[in-house]
Amino acid sequence: MSTARVRLPASVKKGDVVEIKTLVTHTMESGQRRDAQNNVIPRKILNKFVCSYNGKEVFKAELAPAISANPYLAFFITATESGTLEFVWTDDDGSTIKEAAKLTVA
Amino acid sequence: MSLATKLPALSRRRLLAGAAGLAGGLIAVRDVSAQAVQPGAHQQVLDKAVGGKKAQPGKVRIRMPEIAENGNTVPMTVTVESPMSAADHVKAVHVVTDNNPRPEVASFHFTPANGKAEVSTRIRLSQTMNVLAYAEMSDGSVWSARSEAKVTIGGCGG
Repeated sequence: MSTARVRLPASVKKGDVVEIKTLVTHTMESGQRRDAQNNVIPRKILNKFVCSYNGKEVFKAELAPAISANPYLAFFITATESGTLEFVWTDDDGSTIKEAAKLTVA
Repeated sequence: MSLATKLPALSRRRLLAGAAGLAGGLIAVRDVSAQAVQPGAHQQVLDKAVGGKKAQPGKVRIRMPEIAENGNTVPMTVTVESPMSAADHVKAVHVVTDNNPRPEVASFHFTPANGKAEVSTRIRLSQTMNVLAYAEMSDGSVWSARSEAKVTIGGCGG
């Protein structure tokens, strides 16, 4: 089971450009490795990440197997209003991992 | 952690046989990776990502450790100079490598809401190689950067 963690600054003023750090547990199986029987271990990675700010998509990433296990992504947003940040990671098998965080703008 | 500590019941002979098998497996993976690297494949991926537009060097900066001890997880930060306004912002950054089994690393899509065109992640490098980034701007121009990372322990297979 995957767990996602998100970190944002505690106190934010309107107009601040703040860094959002995300980390999710996932093996990111590259499809290049072989098991003990020399069979290729099938690829299984998180191939997409989307961050929405109050329902509006603000940052998106397409990921390849060259992204390390337990993908870490850090990016920025301009804090315009208090609200919710939603994070969605999509797996090769179609399942998703979702996380949300409250952003309070003073 | 060594094999011996994981499997204390193994005899010396079986351990040696197992080690030989493991080494064989590693060599097999190496061979597959070596075959899979196609020279110029990374350039095709970049050209396709930006729709064949010509890239000019500048505006983009890739920050990575000069020597990455562990190729399984190499920290990388890509920054693009841009005011990130509605009229002038970075639309996307495409990152590839020139010597991994597959050239693609990631494509990042920005909006003016980001305020700053910078993204950090951790990537896999199977050996010493170049990392290249193309940035697509809202005015249609494409800017590029390249950074070499020396890898001590490859991050592929094994």
